[in-house]
Amino acid sequence: MDTEQRYHTIAVLVDNEAGVLARVIGLFSGRGYNIESLTVAEVDTEEKLSRITLVTSGTPMVIEQIKAQLERLVPVHKVSDLTVDGPSVERELALIKVRGSGEKRVESLRIADIFRARVVDSTADSFVFEMTGSTEKLDAFIELMKPLGLVDVSRTGVVAISRGAGPM
Amino acid sequence: MSDARMSGSRIVLRALEDQGVDIIFGYPGGAVLPLYDAIFQQNRIRHVLVRHEQGATHMAEGYARSTGKPGVVLVTSGPGATNAVTGLTDAMMDSIPVVCLTGQVATHLIGNDAFQEADTVGITRPCTKHNYLVRDVDDLARVIHEAFYVATSGRPGPVVVDIPKDVSVAEGEYVPPGTVRHKTYRPRLKGDPGAIERAVKMLISAKRPIVYSGGGVVNSGPSASRLLTEFVRLTGFPITSTVMGLGCFPASDPQWLGMLGMHGTYEANLAMAGCDVMVAVGARFDDRITGRLDEFSKGSRKIHIDIDPSSINKNVPVDVAVVGDCAHVLEDMIGVWKSSGVRPDASSVEDWWNQIDTWRGRDCLRYEQGDGPIKPQYALERLRERCEGRDVYVTTDVGQHQMWAAQFLPFEKPNRWMTSGGLGTMGYGLPAAIGVQIAHPGAPVVCVSGEASLLMCIQELSTAVQHRAPVKVFLLNNRYMGMVRQWQELLHGGRYAESYMDSLPDFVRLAESFGVTGLRATEPGELDKVVEEMMAVPGPVIADIRVDPDENCFPMIPAGSAHYDMLLGPNGDTEVNEDGLAVV
Repeated sequence: MDTEQRYHTIAVLVDNEAGVLARVIGLFSGRGYNIESLTVAEVDTEEKLSRITLVTSGTPMVIEQIKAQLERLVPVHKVSDLTVDGPSVERELALIKVRGSGEKRVESLRIADIFRARVVDSTADSFVFEMTGSTEKLDAFIELMKPLGLVDVSRTGVVAISRGAGPM
Repeated sequence: MSDARMSGSRIVLRALEDQGVDIIFGYPGGAVLPLYDAIFQQNRIRHVLVRHEQGATHMAEGYARSTGKPGVVLVTSGPGATNAVTGLTDAMMDSIPVVCLTGQVATHLIGNDAFQEADTVGITRPCTKHNYLVRDVDDLARVIHEAFYVATSGRPGPVVVDIPKDVSVAEGEYVPPGTVRHKTYRPRLKGDPGAIERAVKMLISAKRPIVYSGGGVVNSGPSASRLLTEFVRLTGFPITSTVMGLGCFPASDPQWLGMLGMHGTYEANLAMAGCDVMVAVGARFDDRITGRLDEFSKGSRKIHIDIDPSSINKNVPVDVAVVGDCAHVLEDMIGVWKSSGVRPDASSVEDWWNQIDTWRGRDCLRYEQGDGPIKPQYALERLRERCEGRDVYVTTDVGQHQMWAAQFLPFEKPNRWMTSGGLGTMGYGLPAAIGVQIAHPGAPVVCVSGEASLLMCIQELSTAVQHRAPVKVFLLNNRYMGMVRQWQELLHGGRYAESYMDSLPDFVRLAESFGVTGLRATEPGELDKVVEEMMAVPGPVIADIRVDPDENCFPMIPAGSAHYDMLLGPNGDTEVNEDGLAVV
């Protein structure tokens, strides 16, 4: 039996009704599953559907359980395991605040340029960078900002979508 | 349509009526007063007034389990709802269809810590299949119809509808059930034909087959039990069942091996351990069944039929999974079996039966009555004899008496055996029996209980009297929490921490104080007379059977042990493995 823990990105299409996120989160906490990241927003205002993107980890047996348990929730329309259902793109957005002056300030701007981060706020001694990319890219950038005066980080968590023309 | 406009409470009653509800088990309170006013003004639906909301939920479970119809509960906000939580969780674990209507404080007060306010949908989210808070009276009828649909379709379960007081007062439009179709929830009933083909092929190739059935067969309806029986007889395979599945195959049939699991029979558990092909039908490989997982039936290929995809590969990986309703799947399997010309190797299956007969020869349920105190097993055998040939409904509480009842009382039909299997709720038995009795007014209903369990919902005796439910409580009174004491004896060096109850009531006088007949047997010779009288008295009875306090329930597979590490009796040849201490 395969007992290796792997990360999976799972998209869940749900009715945007009161308590639906609590049902999903309660399922994870109640059954002891991991949540590495979770994002949610309404994606269809007419049908009132929200899309939850979850990154979780577990053995293949646990991941199968997670998907089956999610599908069992009454307001859930569809569950898709983007990690195994074919190629997909994943992105995360972060706002990163860095304080500094002199050479460090210039250095942070230079690195931001390399990473294609945008400056969305600037004062005499600080920047707020906006950056979109893979989780690893964001991690790398934040790591580089630490010695340069990293103050605050706000991240959205992963959003993901399958490649190609097909819907979820 | 002006005639479709009515108050929220009338909408509720109308919706229940259109759903075919004839009984509500409930308890009034501030937030549900408008609903009770509507109940008062109609006479189609009968209300059974309970003494504690937990009782209402178990009565609804007993009603549901014995009829196949959903049980309906009505309780008030705050404590009414929180008291219902145990019964809801019980129904969740055992997949029992229950619709529980809870009152809520008015919508403008929600979140204000108002009097008798509780976050009912928050509290009941993990212990219901689904729940609703109705904020708009125009949603009320639809939500109630949906609640019945969700509770009864697929794998059944409890559904809560939380109704704020202002919503039940407001006027809104009633919509009939036919017009409501659920957006997403449509469980699959038919099994995949390819998987069914593979399953039958695997069974035909079996040399040492076993059928392992569970509560899902009972939930699927009487036709599933009929089809299971047909399939088992057609194949000639041995069958065992979980505690929840008792009755889905007739216990008098020679192919029946008895219950399996922690207190299952020697032959059933060894057949599970030694089989080469296992087919699980509506069962979920619970820890009380599998024992130690890594040693569970290691050499077998496994087929799993279940309506709930999340039950598949949850605890035990299987080779063939058939997701669907077991009645549909069994019907298709019978068809495939019949049309396939190939049959299992007769001599191998015969050898297997010979092996099983050797195991049966251990007579694992034997006990010695002797001249001493009444053995609980003997008491149950006397009850069994008195009930033979009669269509008796049996409920139990939880503990030793429950396991003895499962071992010693035979069930020929489904829906006759009501027990708290998953949650193990002490206090379930008496209210469940009342629910069964109200659903089947003329039938004999026996609650096999223990004194500790019975005291947990004893107040419902008053309900039994008020609603003329002549339930017979067969109380195996050993003055201990027997199963706790047994584990302490076997696993905790005989240190009987808090498992003995001093100052127990005199159950005969307790019964009499409720207007119930109280009987007592203290010696084996008195049993038959007491059982006879218990069954003959027209009203409710408590029969206080004083049984041997030191008797243990065997066979026993201690938690965390494998099927072959079974304890067979006080002089058993197996040592208890202390690894089981940490496992519940």
